[in-house]
Amino acid sequence: MTTGGSDDFRASFFEECDELLEAMHDGLGLMQDGAGDTETVHVIFRAVHSIKGGAGAFGLDALVSFAHQLETVLERLRSGRIEATPDLLTLFQQCGDYLSDLVTAARADAAVDPGPAEALGSRLNAASGPDGDASEAVSQAADDFVPLALDLDALEDPQESDADDPLSSRIGHHITFTAEPELFSSGNEPALLFRALATLGPTRVGADISDVPPLSLLDPTMSHLSWEIELDGDCPADIVLDVFDFVSDCASVEIGPLEHFAAPPDPSTVPASDDIDPAIGTDVVAPAEGRPPNSETEGRGDDLARVAPPKPTAAPPQPTTRIAAPQTIRVDFERVDKLINLVGELVIKEAMLSQAVGMLTLNTGNEVLQELDGLKQLAGEIQEGVMAIRAQPIKPLFQRMGRTIREAAAMTNKRVRLVMKGEAAEVDKTVLERLVDPLTHMVRNAVDHGLEDKEARVAAGKPAEGSVTLSAAHRSGRVVIEISDDGGGINRDKVRRLAEEKGLIPPDASLSPSDIDALLFMPGFSSKDEVSELSGRGVGLDVVRSEITALGGRMSIQSELGVGTVFSISLPLTLAVLEGMVVNVAGQTMVVPITAIQETLQPASVRIHTIGPGTKVLSIRDTLMPVADLGAHFGFREPPEELDDHVLLVIETDTDRRCALIVDALQDQRQVVIKSLETNYSQIDGISAATILGDGRIALIVDPEGVAGGVAPVPATPAASVNPDVVEGDSLVTA
Amino acid sequence: MSQPDDDPKSRNNEVVAFRVGGQDFCFDIMSVREIRGWTETTTLPHAQSYVKGVINLRGSVVPVLDLSDRLGLGVTETNARHVIIIAVVNGQTIGLLADVVSDILSIPDDALHPIPDMVADQVKAFISGVVLIDERMIRKLDLSRVVPPSGLEAA
Repeated sequence: MTTGGSDDFRASFFEECDELLEAMHDGLGLMQDGAGDTETVHVIFRAVHSIKGGAGAFGLDALVSFAHQLETVLERLRSGRIEATPDLLTLFQQCGDYLSDLVTAARADAAVDPGPAEALGSRLNAASGPDGDASEAVSQAADDFVPLALDLDALEDPQESDADDPLSSRIGHHITFTAEPELFSSGNEPALLFRALATLGPTRVGADISDVPPLSLLDPTMSHLSWEIELDGDCPADIVLDVFDFVSDCASVEIGPLEHFAAPPDPSTVPASDDIDPAIGTDVVAPAEGRPPNSETEGRGDDLARVAPPKPTAAPPQPTTRIAAPQTIRVDFERVDKLINLVGELVIKEAMLSQAVGMLTLNTGNEVLQELDGLKQLAGEIQEGVMAIRAQPIKPLFQRMGRTIREAAAMTNKRVRLVMKGEAAEVDKTVLERLVDPLTHMVRNAVDHGLEDKEARVAAGKPAEGSVTLSAAHRSGRVVIEISDDGGGINRDKVRRLAEEKGLIPPDASLSPSDIDALLFMPGFSSKDEVSELSGRGVGLDVVRSEITALGGRMSIQSELGVGTVFSISLPLTLAVLEGMVVNVAGQTMVVPITAIQETLQPASVRIHTIGPGTKVLSIRDTLMPVADLGAHFGFREPPEELDDHVLLVIETDTDRRCALIVDALQDQRQVVIKSLETNYSQIDGISAATILGDGRIALIVDPEGVAGGVAPVPATPAASVNPDVVEGDSLVTA
Repeated sequence: MSQPDDDPKSRNNEVVAFRVGGQDFCFDIMSVREIRGWTETTTLPHAQSYVKGVINLRGSVVPVLDLSDRLGLGVTETNARHVIIIAVVNGQTIGLLADVVSDILSIPDDALHPIPDMVADQVKAFISGVVLIDERMIRKLDLSRVVPPSGLEAA
């Protein structure tokens, strides 16, 4: 397991595991919601089965044996021998979680607590029904689990049913199944597929062993087998193909109508259980007959002839369907990131070139300008395309939250249902990764503090089972994630009282409901004792908020007493580019994100009042907002007295703070590549990042929230009424 | 452990020597990434006075420090003849503004003298030793102290 090649396989096995676990959790979720059907069980079974298969190949015994136990019970459910009771589904959920743990541990080569395996194992045994012998199966697992083993017994039933099957009823499919070597190396088992086929109707299966070379020439890593299967009944072809869906990338399946093969099967058909010596029958690649290699072609013809007599030449060409697997490749993220950086450089270079060409004062319509435009467009498209590679669906993150909810629910003795919406929405991978912690925190909060106790819920006329909804949606270039619960909502009186007790707000502060909600985000508000007796929330929400802000995101709360609470997180789709307004301030070039700009104004056209020494207020459409000089804010200059030569940018932040910023001139609106300042420097208040402009120089990107925070108070809250200590650190506003 | 390289007397340190505010300084060549001509910086708000601003180093944002100002030798009036020494300190890439780069020297360990006690604290804080070469005294900078260990904080 230490060779490079094997490590590669190992890595790709674990990547596959991620996908399989996702499929499994999906299926379990569907069943939990009562939306599952037999196919769902199939999917779960297949996922667990292939995890087991891969794990076997890498000698991950703990994983194999647990997956086997789970698989056994799933198989019983699949065959209808046991019922999907709510208890069983809960057990499956827990087993699924534990299976994820095992995979994680195996990937990290870490030991895993075997405790749950035993406990869950015995519960699985109990669940497998009176005639269940999961334990027995488990004890056999080590010997039994050989991915290459062909379970011949499985084929017997169809053989028997074939005997009394009237020939006249031959409507159905003829399927040719050819296994690639990968089929076996990935731990798949044709017999199980045939068994699954048998559930669709009576089948006759014959193995075509004509390609099997003599033992001396046998390469055990190659596959030499194909099977001819006749399936009776009018089962639609796509249902039949579904059976093979799972192995579509490592086997070829051809399906055609059975009519052409209506001749009764020759008794000498190679029924696996008859012709192949049982002693070697368990070995798929064993040479069944000592054919000389040069007779392979003829031999194949013979065998095929026995299974399927030659078609009449007049017969129309057989419609065959080949399953197409979705084409994907696995790429290192490092490579993608490198590509993204390079494309960023390309875009900058292109801008520099444009600027240089601009200085040549060429005539409009000049070829150089036209070609440059084409280049610009291409560069933009490449950038977009490369960014899209980094985008990942948010679903795995949500699924992870499903587990958090189950655990939190178990700890607080509540019944909670997770509802996911819009989980296909795609977000930058880095954003996704950095969302795990804040989201976990908030989901836990929702269960712990958001939802009421069962008794309280019932008393309030709500279903005993609470629900937490995770939703994601793309909205105007950002992705909005909402965590909502149908709990009691924020008890604002308590929040307010608590904030007063902690001295966060003066007792006479006049606060709107949303101001009170915003108090939850204040550092120092949350503390374990008070919060646990509080029906609202507040555990470390300031931390959550600062994590979200670090991602360029914004948070807001909506809550209605007795109905529930919604936390909204609005995030940029990518951390790599931003649509910005390039402005001049005090000789510096800066970028203001377009998303924050409401409008731009000429100071001469609006009314600006002066309140006290130097404090300016803009009066526009019956609202007043503070006016701040961007240059003075960053300490570049003294605020200008006369504004007529300047431009006002009306900024509205995600927390509804508004202010007007004075800048000297607007340059251009363009997409800029975001460069981190923190790599080599540190975070700067009011600056979110840097970018490189067309002239190769660096421009700083303004963080509207940070700037507005230093200028504008929380809406409707007079700044003076808030404890100065709190405002000082920008804590109330920047978060 | 008995390799000749480990013998302090025979071990040589390669250093880059440069001039700042009329004095000679040097630091370990292994910290140096490249040496560039002066380019205009983008001013950072609320930065320490010795932080000249940031420059674009092939797509990375790199802060530039005025070494003269940092060492208490006066603020540099920059012109095109100044150089920026790009160095990696504590994992961060930074630019150090210098008047001119003079030499790459090989200094035996035993040629490095401790600083006399009388020297002012501000200088001592940044210098790990002095080397005498041909009547010139070269001060060896401790870069991790020139760049605050906690990183370059905004003021």
